[in-house]
Amino acid sequence: MAEENKPAPAAGGSRANTKKELPEHFKAYKHVWVAVEIEHGQVHSVSFELLGEGRKLADKRGVELAAVVMGDDRASLDAAAVACFEYGADCVYLAQDPALKHYRNETSTKVLTDIVNTYQPEILLLGATNLGRDLAGSVATTLQTGLTADCTELAIDDEGSLAATRPTFGGSLLCTIFTLNYRPQMATVRPRVLAMPDREEGRTGRIVEFDPKLVEDDVITKVLDFIADRDTDKANLPYADIVVAGGLGLGSAENFQLVKELAEVLGAEYGGSRPLVQKGWITSDRQIGQTGKTIRPKLYIAAGISGAIQHRVGVEGADVIVAINTDPNAPIFEFAHLGIVADAVTLLPALTDAFAARLRVNRLAS
Amino acid sequence: MHIVVCIKQVPDSAQIRVHPVTNTIMRQGVPTIINPYDLFALEEALRLKDRFGATVTVLTMGPPTAAESLRKALTFGADRAVLLTDRYFAGSDTLATSYALSMALLKVAEEFGKPEIIFTGKQTIDGDTAQVGPGIAKRLDYNQLTYIARIVETDTDAGTIKVERRAEGGLQVLESKLPVLITMLEASNEMRRGSIENALIAARAEVVTWNAAAVGIEDLTKCGLRGSPTIVKKVFAPTARTDKAEIVEVDGKVDAKAAALVEAIFAKAPAVEQDLLEHAAHHYV
Amino acid sequence: MGEFNKPFDAIVVGAGPSGNACAYMMAKEGLNVLQIERGEYAGSKNVQGAILYADALEKIIPEFRDEAPLERHVIEQRMWMMDDKSHSGMHYRSDDFNEEKPNRYTILRAQFDKWFSSKVKEAGALVLYETTVTELVKDLSGKVIGVRTDRQGSPIMANVVILAEGVNGLVGQRSGLRNEVSPDSVALAVKEMHFLPRETIEARFNLSGNEGVVIEAMGTITKGMTGTGFLYTNEESISVGIGCIVSDFAETNVTPNELLEAFKNHPSIKPLLADSECKEYAAHLIPEGGYKAIPQLTGAGWIVVGDAGQFVNAVHREGSNLAMTTGRIAAETVVSLTRKREEMTAANLAEYEKRLGQSFVMKDLKKYKGIPELLHKNKGNFFGTYPKLISSAMQTWFRVDGIDKISKEKAIFRNFRETRTLWGMMGDAFKMVRAWR
Repeated sequence: MAEENKPAPAAGGSRANTKKELPEHFKAYKHVWVAVEIEHGQVHSVSFELLGEGRKLADKRGVELAAVVMGDDRASLDAAAVACFEYGADCVYLAQDPALKHYRNETSTKVLTDIVNTYQPEILLLGATNLGRDLAGSVATTLQTGLTADCTELAIDDEGSLAATRPTFGGSLLCTIFTLNYRPQMATVRPRVLAMPDREEGRTGRIVEFDPKLVEDDVITKVLDFIADRDTDKANLPYADIVVAGGLGLGSAENFQLVKELAEVLGAEYGGSRPLVQKGWITSDRQIGQTGKTIRPKLYIAAGISGAIQHRVGVEGADVIVAINTDPNAPIFEFAHLGIVADAVTLLPALTDAFAARLRVNRLAS
Repeated sequence: MHIVVCIKQVPDSAQIRVHPVTNTIMRQGVPTIINPYDLFALEEALRLKDRFGATVTVLTMGPPTAAESLRKALTFGADRAVLLTDRYFAGSDTLATSYALSMALLKVAEEFGKPEIIFTGKQTIDGDTAQVGPGIAKRLDYNQLTYIARIVETDTDAGTIKVERRAEGGLQVLESKLPVLITMLEASNEMRRGSIENALIAARAEVVTWNAAAVGIEDLTKCGLRGSPTIVKKVFAPTARTDKAEIVEVDGKVDAKAAALVEAIFAKAPAVEQDLLEHAAHHYV
Repeated sequence: MGEFNKPFDAIVVGAGPSGNACAYMMAKEGLNVLQIERGEYAGSKNVQGAILYADALEKIIPEFRDEAPLERHVIEQRMWMMDDKSHSGMHYRSDDFNEEKPNRYTILRAQFDKWFSSKVKEAGALVLYETTVTELVKDLSGKVIGVRTDRQGSPIMANVVILAEGVNGLVGQRSGLRNEVSPDSVALAVKEMHFLPRETIEARFNLSGNEGVVIEAMGTITKGMTGTGFLYTNEESISVGIGCIVSDFAETNVTPNELLEAFKNHPSIKPLLADSECKEYAAHLIPEGGYKAIPQLTGAGWIVVGDAGQFVNAVHREGSNLAMTTGRIAAETVVSLTRKREEMTAANLAEYEKRLGQSFVMKDLKKYKGIPELLHKNKGNFFGTYPKLISSAMQTWFRVDGIDKISKEKAIFRNFRETRTLWGMMGDAFKMVRAWR
């Protein structure tokens, strides 16, 4: 029932929350915050994108923009703070503790909630990554405030409230959601949805140290290991720069080899649409789409895939989508950037050769 | 061991239509399905049932028709179905939803035993928020394990669980203590097909149906629209992308077509060409 | 597993109109009924719109109008004869159809079947979805005693198995109870749903409230093949489709999709669909062989109902009412035998055929038994020559161009005679009349 906007039953009082009547104790909440995502010392680019957007929101509200950085290693936290300033933050809340070495829900929820309760921001933004969504839900529930997940657009309305727009029903509709009477107003935004801001070298701000007061022995969940994707030969579709995928248009399991050959030349990951998994042509870890992997490559080549909505939602984040299909009316041409009406079975080998030749020629020329 | 799987009945996104004038979802005639992500959670629960003889309860909150999805979950082999339904829940956002569900879970614990594991899907395909699972975990004080790609081992005696969790750039191997709330990653397993006996049991089963009062919700202001801090103020159709695919049209042989397509791709994605050249240089030298 | 081996009084294979009618009637009478449907739910394999004839359903669920998901009641019927650019035809619209208990409705099968299925469950039948019956289980004497499914586990036993599996149901064929349907006695229809706001539909078809229109069309739209096109108004959508005999498709190499595209783009149809959003495309088979194609209907432990028994009146485009009626009559037969504690032998079940013979189902099918063959054998004339002639006659007649009416009449008749000999035309007319009577 979540996200359904049906009228509430008439019985039992009015719908007071549809009008802005901010309770007194929330009026002190001020400033726009971004909870920065750091893993293995690296700041996720979505955090900078959020700082860029947060800057605009803060300026519109006439308040400060702050970043929250949490981790165990001082050097990388300082580096992150510098980057945050250069991407627009006025202030950085810095929490350093050995128990924050790896992201864990328990520790990060506690620290972020404590900082929020202490310094009281009006807006708190996180990336809609696995980490951000894991953390945001816990923090919002602890704070008993509103959270709008997976936004595509953020703005400030005339009353000064955060207007968070997000797709719903698999992208069929957009809705604009407000948290009028609770603070902070929380939102998450997916990576690459917002533009990367310009970095202003040498820009600086103030650092506020926050002592997390964590005790490792009290933390229940332990991180035993981290298996980096680069160390495994498993399909790494979500993070691949180039993905080549095939669909039923390939006609047979043998023809799927043509997809693999192109992927090989491009150093790409390969995958397929759901029917291929059902037919057993590929394993389920290579399924791309709504119930498979969501991919965000720089280049996505879809061969013989019609482009049903279940597939579409899994690939829409790609920078460039190339469609190869015999049917000029296939839905994939509606959202692909580049298309060719051709039989994938004959075109793919030629395309593989053309890429190989092109890359060889250019290498010689350069 | 008692496992509860929270599922949601959702409209099949492939069949959704938007009324062109009022911009509302035209639900009429749109078939409903079990949220596909929830099936990964259910299958994982059934695997634990196979291994440890656990009892699997499926729970959903929704309109009375959501009983269909519960019954379907039983055909896969779940043991018990619970429907939480009340008009006071209408319009719930993620906070209000996790409140109602956590109350129902407390009632499940009281009636059928405390669940050691609560499963949910990664997110739903209609709301897409991925926030209800974490909300439940927080409210019930369960250890939260989201985006789990694999359950490595479960030690019921020691009360520990070891999992692989999808994180940026790799898998976190985590060990936690029961009780836990797990949100299962997509494509982590494949749903089984229930036997004819499962199907017959499911067809005969009574769905346990509770309303707000039955799960001990006294404060209705925590439910539905009134219990939701977020307010949907505007719903609108996305502006259709006007730029459809640029079609590469080349007469002649397939080689010519392929060459033209490569040119067009590199024109659209110059960064990719750069990367590939670097890759190629590395590769061929 | 003991309880699973207790035989059911009856198993119904399929949850379309005939299977639902049958399972509902038996369960309501207290029989222990299991219904098995291969779709995810009843109607899931059937996304298109259809016409519901109230009478047949009224005999099963008298109060259906209060609950069933009905789209619009039909107040206007248009019969169109089409050539490539025109249509001429007959319209009948009457406020009499705005009666308290209307006679015909447009429905969306997915919703209607689902509702009907819920009634079946309410009546007390067990319903398994997503389960395909793979074969019939027979005892040594050859009597059908149960079914096997595609799910793991033991076979399920029953005193009688009612096959309501549709025109192309494989269980009966595989078990040798009936032959594979012949391509010249079955039509392939393709349908689409075009969504439009209800206000637009009402303005476009001159309707108010829940009034609806049905258009049936024949002529060159089927490119010389035996078939018809149709268009129905639903509440917020329009069902449009076209169907032809399967063997004709094979002969002409025209694909059903091409045919539908051409039909939708016909200048008489296109404006009716303008600005709509097409969401669903479905193809399905309709038995069109009529009386002569009806297979053996009963045997030891089994009964065939609905489309599986070719119960479709192609001339009046009636199907679901025949299906429901055969389902009801089969149920009555089984209930009466069960009450009398009689065995489900071939001889006892033959009662079903006797009862059918007394119903409108068999009487109507018998009446038109010659028509399917007649149309099919003379398809060139009925679906090509005549529509063109009529269109050109109409145009000659209505075009005001300074030519006197007597000359026009002569030109029209000359055109008719030259295209088709007088004897030929008279012969076709005579054959048509004979087949009709």
